[in-house]
Amino acid sequence: MALPTTGSTTLIINGEKYPLSVDHRTTLLDALRERLDLTGTKKGCDQGQCGACTVLIDGRRSLSCLQLAVAADGREITTIEGVADGDQLHPVQQAFLDLDGYQCGYCTPGQICSALGVIEEHAAGWPSAVTADVRPEAGPSALTDEEIRERMSGNLCRCGAYVSIVRAVARAAASARTPESTEVQA
Amino acid sequence: MTAVTPLRGAVGTAHTRIEGRDKVTGAARYAGELPFAELAHGWLVLSTVARGHIRSVEDGAVLELPGVLAVLHHGNAPRVETDYSGLMGMRPDPSVALFQHDRVPCAGWPVALVVAETSEQAREAAEALEVRYDEEPHDVGLRTGHPGTYTPADAPHAPAVTAKGDLEAELARSTVVLEAEYSTPEEHHNSMEPHAATARWEGGRLEVVDSNQGAVWVRNELANLFSLDPGSVRVLSEHVGGGFGSKGVRAHQVAAVMAATLLQRPVRVVLTRRQMFSLVGYRSPTAQRVRLGADADGRLRVLEHQALSQSSTVYEFLEPSAAPGRVLYDAVAHRTAHELVRLDVPTPTFMRAPGEAPGSFALESAIDELAEKCGIDPIELRARNLPEAGPVSGLPYAGRGLLTCFREGARRFGWADRDPRPGLRREGHWLLGTGTAAATFPAGAVPSTAAITAQADGTYTVRITAADIGTGARTALTLIAADALHVGTDRVHVLIGDSDFGPAMMAGGSMGTSSWGRAIIAAADALRERLALTDGVLPEGIPPEGITERSDTTAALAARPPKERHSYGAQFAEVAVDVSTGEVRVRRMLGIFAAGRIINPLTARAQFTGGMVWGISMALHEEAVRDRASGGLVGNDLAGYHIAAHADVPALEADWVDDPDPDDPAGIKGIGEIGIVGAAAAIANAVHHATGVRHRRLPIRPDRVLQGEA
Repeated sequence: MALPTTGSTTLIINGEKYPLSVDHRTTLLDALRERLDLTGTKKGCDQGQCGACTVLIDGRRSLSCLQLAVAADGREITTIEGVADGDQLHPVQQAFLDLDGYQCGYCTPGQICSALGVIEEHAAGWPSAVTADVRPEAGPSALTDEEIRERMSGNLCRCGAYVSIVRAVARAAASARTPESTEVQA
Repeated sequence: MTAVTPLRGAVGTAHTRIEGRDKVTGAARYAGELPFAELAHGWLVLSTVARGHIRSVEDGAVLELPGVLAVLHHGNAPRVETDYSGLMGMRPDPSVALFQHDRVPCAGWPVALVVAETSEQAREAAEALEVRYDEEPHDVGLRTGHPGTYTPADAPHAPAVTAKGDLEAELARSTVVLEAEYSTPEEHHNSMEPHAATARWEGGRLEVVDSNQGAVWVRNELANLFSLDPGSVRVLSEHVGGGFGSKGVRAHQVAAVMAATLLQRPVRVVLTRRQMFSLVGYRSPTAQRVRLGADADGRLRVLEHQALSQSSTVYEFLEPSAAPGRVLYDAVAHRTAHELVRLDVPTPTFMRAPGEAPGSFALESAIDELAEKCGIDPIELRARNLPEAGPVSGLPYAGRGLLTCFREGARRFGWADRDPRPGLRREGHWLLGTGTAAATFPAGAVPSTAAITAQADGTYTVRITAADIGTGARTALTLIAADALHVGTDRVHVLIGDSDFGPAMMAGGSMGTSSWGRAIIAAADALRERLALTDGVLPEGIPPEGITERSDTTAALAARPPKERHSYGAQFAEVAVDVSTGEVRVRRMLGIFAAGRIINPLTARAQFTGGMVWGISMALHEEAVRDRASGGLVGNDLAGYHIAAHADVPALEADWVDDPDPDDPAGIKGIGEIGIVGAAAAIANAVHHATGVRHRRLPIRPDRVLQGEA
């Protein structure tokens, strides 16, 4: 029973290093919320079923409730607090704000982090379950509303703001392809 | 008669959410997210048996575990008071009187709270806590003909049974008769933010940072339960991650207060997703019977709607599913009736459109069936049966936009081109169909207070104990205040979610914005009069503390003439049904609503479409399955209980027709709930149109579709 129950880890969050001594049972989600006061990442179910705790780990979307803090040592973690550039909202955040892509706001950080992942994954040519032609020679599929819905389905929104979330993701994705056209997409 | 305030520019113009930036950057803090020094964490332990007595709580071993501070249970918890009248004169549900006795009335009943220094320690100790029970046989199955069936006593303004005319005689006179049974399952709110509360004693006052739908409501309940002066309790709830009826006084606040009082340090209790399935209420399953009798031209001679629901053995809660018929249609013989069975289950509660949501599924499916039998278009059949006055009350309607909604919706949906015959449209392996249904939900307002302070810098601060649970209330009230003060929204700051701001309606019953808006307008009028303001520009000499006017709408609301006050809507759905898998996909939906003046079109549209998403979820997905052997739920989490996800929801459209309430100063009727009403029926009617099979049991699961089970 003398085995240690805590360990040292260094979390790299939004570009900053946070050395921590944590209980081995502590999830990355709880480390963010309870130890580092980064409460933007939300706990909706704590068992990987709702997507509210979505963060980016080494650029990939990941459920922070299913990750132990000690296992995230040295990985590059982006949370909702690190998405904006200072006071300048990220185009995804701006689109959620402008198009009302939320209601209560509790699933929103996860939706936004997930959307960042979706836009990257799609741009990298990753197919989804609704991609009609997945042959490499078919080239990149369009990021249609159906593709967005499929790819965002791990992020539940009980308020039912899906219609405007999809519009927001579509607008942000379009602006990522042609940054100068952000305004006309609204 | 109240004069409806003329439009001044803010009301009716789309405005992004005031707190939107905080929500998209993660800066908005919800109840479990405010830091406190010396915070301890509580974890609830729930019963694993459905009925019996607690023989022992073996807390000795758990108290030795690292970090554990206390184990509260029926053997050591402080006594609480339940002999009081709370919200709307109702007695409290004893389910929130934690740890008062050894009886276990249902599975998932709270039996202990473990408090520890960290949440990991509290959780491990809670899972290690051994509770021994003396089990007794239980009954958790709702069914028609249950020997415990009874008719509940009348609630204020809501009799259990209404009846006029001779049903059997009118049935005999009817050319077309429809009799059908419908059922809906147990459904759970599942707000994305789990219930969370942090309680602490601060300067001799109890302060609870909580996620709820009404801070004053929760304050009053806690003051009553713990025999405290209401003034010595403060409840704060700035941001609330959804509620849908589930966020009143619940086990987590009571547990946190008990532990904070015992330990004299801040204690936070957060429910787990699984615990929410037992502790925050749910929508009762229903078994409904509708009998309709009509002349050949579709005019109703008989409307009978009987609805059975369940409650717990400790508290009576009624799901008033037969209510829609009291508003929508008249008939020579008209009867609406509710029955209850008390089972060994948790107490159900209000869930988005209580009564109207399950009731409209039955009634609006039945109307569609009757229309088919009569060979009359279902919209035309409804048009022929609209009452001149309330079928039960005899009162005049304060506007009834149902037919306007149907006509506008039919035009935009393309209803006129519809071939009513079922089972004719096929596209590959998909059968296609369209359906429609009516929506209705009561409009009302509850006495509330507000305070507005004019400040020397030319701005105004509004203080009201409103709650923004995602409805956009904070933003809507800012628009209302700006227009009432005759200033721009940039000069108005609305503060909500603090019980110290005084009594006000909770966010519920689609009555929040109308109740709060009326109070804000009254305070603004008083302030403008006192300062002789014409254009909102403040005079010189405003003192540093500002000048404050308060309002109380009790007298004004009492003077409002009695009327049938309701919002209305017409729901349209197109579905595709996979002939090989039985999957139902909603391809498009349109809802047109007559729901009072729309304050903020941006957030109002979200309320309507959000409700319609609930309708999809109710029609096709949601179903809590209670295991008769254990008495508990099977799959009580978001994997086992599916709520509509992105991929389930097409590009829904919602819009509205102008319909200001003549007796509300802002013209408001309320929009929070009507979006779900009728939505499931429209989808079920569309599934019938696609397949020729009536689904009278929700949800319309693939296996039921494949079996053609109706």
